[in-house]
Amino acid sequence: MTETEAPAETVSTARRTLLEARDLRVEFASRGRRARAVDGVNLAVGEGEIVALVGESGCGKTTLARTLLGLEKPTAGTVHFDGRPLKYGSKALKEYRRQVQLVLQDPTGSLNPRHTVYEAVAEGPRIHGLPDEADIVNSALSRAGLRPPERFLLRYPHELSGGQRQRVVIAGALALNPKVLIADEPVASLDASVRGEILALMLKLRDELGLSALVVTHDLGLAWNIADRVAVMYLGRIVESGPVEQVLTAPRHPYTQALLSVLPESPERVVLTGEPPDPTRIPGGCRFHARCQVLASGKAAEAGVDARCRGELLDILPASATAQAACYYADATG
Amino acid sequence: MTLLELDDVSVTYRIASGEVPAVRGVSLSLDSGAALGVAGESGSGKSTLAMALLRLLPRDARVGGRILLGGEDVLTMKWGRLRAVRWAEASIVFQGAQHGLNPVRRIGEQIAEPMLVHGLAKPDQADKRVAELLGQVGMPAWRAQSYPHELSGGQRQRVMIAMALACSPKLIIADEPTTALDVMVQAQVLTLIKDLVAEHDISLIMISHDLSVLADVCGQLAVMYAGRVVEHGPSREVFHDAKHPYSRALAAAFPTVGDPVSRLAPKGLGGDPPDPMHLPSGCAFHPRCPIALEECSSLDVELWPAGDRRSAACVHVRAKEEAS
Repeated sequence: MTETEAPAETVSTARRTLLEARDLRVEFASRGRRARAVDGVNLAVGEGEIVALVGESGCGKTTLARTLLGLEKPTAGTVHFDGRPLKYGSKALKEYRRQVQLVLQDPTGSLNPRHTVYEAVAEGPRIHGLPDEADIVNSALSRAGLRPPERFLLRYPHELSGGQRQRVVIAGALALNPKVLIADEPVASLDASVRGEILALMLKLRDELGLSALVVTHDLGLAWNIADRVAVMYLGRIVESGPVEQVLTAPRHPYTQALLSVLPESPERVVLTGEPPDPTRIPGGCRFHARCQVLASGKAAEAGVDARCRGELLDILPASATAQAACYYADATG
Repeated sequence: MTLLELDDVSVTYRIASGEVPAVRGVSLSLDSGAALGVAGESGSGKSTLAMALLRLLPRDARVGGRILLGGEDVLTMKWGRLRAVRWAEASIVFQGAQHGLNPVRRIGEQIAEPMLVHGLAKPDQADKRVAELLGQVGMPAWRAQSYPHELSGGQRQRVMIAMALACSPKLIIADEPTTALDVMVQAQVLTLIKDLVAEHDISLIMISHDLSVLADVCGQLAVMYAGRVVEHGPSREVFHDAKHPYSRALAAAFPTVGDPVSRLAPKGLGGDPPDPMHLPSGCAFHPRCPIALEECSSLDVELWPAGDRRSAACVHVRAKEEAS
């Protein structure tokens, strides 16, 4: 199933890497223990590429996104932008954030209710001391689909609908002419009929401005809708990644298979029991083995890999554009 | 047997600047043991409708029409009878479980409370019943000793469902029961709700903006827009072959992974859901409708038969039916 002819793959391998996590680890102290929120991640976002990072809450996807933005310092490993390692001095970070912008989930929470649309979008350019603030704001608003911009400049967030508010947040990010957007659940708090429009906007920004994006989400439908590549995260690690068509139609990792199987409409459900485990107690062997349906069904034992699943640590997946899964069973059965 | 019947139910909020028609003439019925999904976006009136069923709306809301629960009109019920009906005959699971629980009281006490208040269990039997209920929602009995903050979001939602089951109601109303939950936990909770409905012969009204989830759990589906039901019918058919352009858009908003049509092609509707205070003239959907005709801006179409056990409120549906 890995031999699927995918032209998208050849395109994505040719892309120049813009933002990259190299063997990234982020640990926190949590009630006297160490929580390994990000536990060895390699991930690259190419120029003009939309990558979806999917996983359940607590898997470390938001911590990874924050670390890529420089909001969190890695315990080990590095973040690279445009081939150079990220520096954590305040001047270097300020410059970095012109290139890499964040779009948050809840536009109501991320906009100041007492700031007009103009002030909200002008904040970034003002901090960076850019000239022609008004022009920048106008063009950012129209690129975010708020046309004509004059109609929105003096409005307050409460006068806008949810979809319009999210467009203002996106306009605020666009005002600095970034190269990469990192969007954390960009449509989760929006009405169903408005979601599609915001996602279409992200695709359009990619096509017209060549903008790259890392979209953090738990929604596989969203990945199917807009992403070129998807990375599935479980308990601090990427367990499967590759072109969306391949990973989401022929998943190889049992966790990805389970995630896809619980979508409405899918024929055979694999409902994993329990909540995602605790990053302060990452199991030995394959970190998924305690919940793995393939191991539980005895199929891993048939393939002779069950001992490795339980006891042998897996290699960290490289930041490759081709489809790959961190699973002994998938490796053994092809 | 019909358990619940809504007859031309309307809800109007009176606020300082005028009247807000949140629900505008909804008629629906639900058989015992059946599940009805109500779909719609914010402002569609779906949550207002759910609250109206048990008269849980604030005082500035005026409710019209009839809501018959087991033949009794909820709207004209005496206060004492209404109190008995809440929890014991019908209970609600609200969205955002974390806010529904008292943070300083143990889970077990909170599940036992409705039973004790309604005299359905003596204090010494309550613990046993709580353990039983926790078992039904797939949680160990020792969890009765936990406080809400010690539970995950999915577990808290299970506790809310256990509370709703406590007095063995005939009807459960679930308002966005899985919205804030992860996919895997959502699947667990939905499976739980489906099993409970099937095993205990409970009727269910489930409210959500996600048509795919509703189609999965409920047999019947009603799609609401601007306070009205715009489409009604068997859920699979409504989801896969919607007659109303709004239901079609809602169904397309949640793509099927693997479907080449939706790959790199997110679908949405232009514009925003209407403000109930300033509803568009004619069909309330016409400003966003991709197939609106000129007459739609002045003509408000009622629900019209649209095939076997189906109905939709759209001129195109009416034209087709009249032709045949």
